[in-house]
Amino acid sequence: MIKLQNVEKVYRTSSIETLALNNINLDVKKGEFVSIMGPSGCGKSTLLNIIGLLDAPSKGIIEIDGRKVERFNDKEIAPLRNKMLGFIFQSFHLINDLSVIDNVEIPLLYRSNNAKQRRELAEEALEKVGLANRMKHFPKQLSGGQKQRVAIARAIVGKPEIILADEPTGNLDSAMGNEIINILQSLNENGATIVMVTHDDAMAKRTHRLIRLFDGTQVL
Amino acid sequence: MLSNYIKIAWKVLLRHPFYTFITLFGISLTLTVLMVLTSFLDHLFGAHYPENNRDRSLYIATMMLTDSAETSMSTGPASFRFLSRYAKSLKTPENVTIISNFSFSNTYINGKKIKLNTKYTDAAFWHVMGFEFLEGKPYNEQHTKSGEHVVVITDDLRNQYFEKKGQTVIGQNIEIEGIDYKVIGIVKGSPATRLYTYSDVYFPYTAPKSNYENKGMQGSYIAIALAKDQTDIPAIQSEFDSGIKSIPMSEIRGERKFNILIIKAEEYFDHFLNTFARRDQDKLMLYSMTALVILMFIGLPAINLVNVNVSRILERASEIGVRKAFGAPSKALLWQFIIENIFITCIGGVLALGLSYLIIYLINSSGWIPYADLTINFAVFLISVGVCLMFGFLSGVLPAFRMSRLKIVDALKG
Ligand SMILES: Nc1ncnc2c1ncn2[C@@H]1O[C@H](COP(=O)(O)OP(=O)(O)OP(=O)(O)O)[C@@H](O)[C@H]1O
Ligand SMILES: [Mg+2]
Repeated sequence: MIKLQNVEKVYRTSSIETLALNNINLDVKKGEFVSIMGPSGCGKSTLLNIIGLLDAPSKGIIEIDGRKVERFNDKEIAPLRNKMLGFIFQSFHLINDLSVIDNVEIPLLYRSNNAKQRRELAEEALEKVGLANRMKHFPKQLSGGQKQRVAIARAIVGKPEIILADEPTGNLDSAMGNEIINILQSLNENGATIVMVTHDDAMAKRTHRLIRLFDGTQVL
Repeated sequence: MLSNYIKIAWKVLLRHPFYTFITLFGISLTLTVLMVLTSFLDHLFGAHYPENNRDRSLYIATMMLTDSAETSMSTGPASFRFLSRYAKSLKTPENVTIISNFSFSNTYINGKKIKLNTKYTDAAFWHVMGFEFLEGKPYNEQHTKSGEHVVVITDDLRNQYFEKKGQTVIGQNIEIEGIDYKVIGIVKGSPATRLYTYSDVYFPYTAPKSNYENKGMQGSYIAIALAKDQTDIPAIQSEFDSGIKSIPMSEIRGERKFNILIIKAEEYFDHFLNTFARRDQDKLMLYSMTALVILMFIGLPAINLVNVNVSRILERASEIGVRKAFGAPSKALLWQFIIENIFITCIGGVLALGLSYLIIYLINSSGWIPYADLTINFAVFLISVGVCLMFGFLSGVLPAFRMSRLKIVDALKG
């Protein structure tokens, strides 16, 4: 489902060069639930962003669902992100000016769905995360756990095959965190391929496979 | 899609009341001035009562006499004689009227002296112009030929001069400069800004003191030729020009030492422009100055809006990052910002429309211009809508372009 070959990422600023990822090779199968661990600054987020086509690698090849991503131009990548990928971020990244349901609808805005279909799909996704009763609320009126559930609803509303989560429980207490992992697990059981960055061993244990990074290099 | 964009646009507006106020203030003020100005220009130059046929009229208003060295010149209206010979005789127009430039007379109402605007015209005047007769009829060729003392007056003068309201005054006399004239028609007055039709009293040109028999080429009359159709205008102009060319030099020389005569039949706007800028050079200057002023006028608020937008867009980096992460192509984001801006400019446009109506209503009812009839017509409205869209577009494109170059990862971090 996700294939990385000899991927390298160098951050260049005017004074320094940081080798954030060094020769990464990765093959995530369809339906797998993979976690990524490693000390702070080792390149976990960088790796996830490259898998999610949010950033271009400095070197190497990326394949999503058998399609090689060669040119990182907007026209080619935007539809791929839209249809194949769903993101969950540590700090939720909900749009505060939009209601819960409008936030969840966002991925569908860039498809050919009409307003009615969008509403129906968004309601369905919110039901899956148990927030059907908060549709008209605004992000500021929700708890952290609820916000992350809205973010999950947004990630799954377009039924992408791959879900990418960067420390989805990092800002939550353990009870809330558990709830989130439960949801991710059930999504995985229903066929989603998931890659999750985490700091929590207990969370990592609940996934199929663990990838360890150290200083931009894969050590496991 | 659209509702999602509008919702967020609305929220952003509410979130920054001060910016919103400044922006809306700028837009609506500019548009209001623009609309009132266009309305005013339309009032001055458009075809309106009673010069409803201005679009197919040619004005022969100024005559210039000079010598080849241009050491001296004499500019002014032509004489009745000259115009009846070279304008009235034109074959191509549907009709030609000769009108005196404005002049004044006195009358007395209840022993109080009143200054009247007066005009001497031929009978064709009433065909070329679209005056509305509230009572009575215009004078005809019979009246002018026999030199009868008849007049047409405006409703305003009727109401001032004649005391008994609700009774017809047709057939009654009005005394002007010691002479009694019989009122044969009452017209709805012309706005003072239409120089060739504005008057309180209209006399047949054969009335006393019209000076229509004066000798010489220069005088106090102008002619208006009405084309059957706008497409006939060039033909009329060339017919008139060739008539002027055929004037023997001896006739021009008759007046002092001049040997060049310039007089043209022009459309209203050109004829107006020529009073300011006769040479092409001057016209170019005038046009570029006007363009510059308008550009600055529209450009400054647009630049302001761009600035506000650029600084505001940075705080929306996270939103942009999210939208992009979930598959928004740059084009969609570009449209989102353009639509947001068009939305805000349209709010400004609605405010401006209301404000313009109010101002125009005040101008019309203030009596500042007698019989003022300013309107926001369709053209004025369309221009304003066009300006609105341009505003929205201009102020949206630049910020959107900056934003589309933003990297998603950076946007999400911010
Ligand atoms: N935009 C950037 N410009 C320059 N260097 C960067 C940039 N983003 C990340 N880096 C560097 O790349 C390295 C990897 O960063 P990354 O964010 O992937 O770490 P991480 O493993 O996710 O850390 P954490 O657990 O703290 O989130 C770090 O050394 C970081 O300083
Ligand atoms: Mg990270």
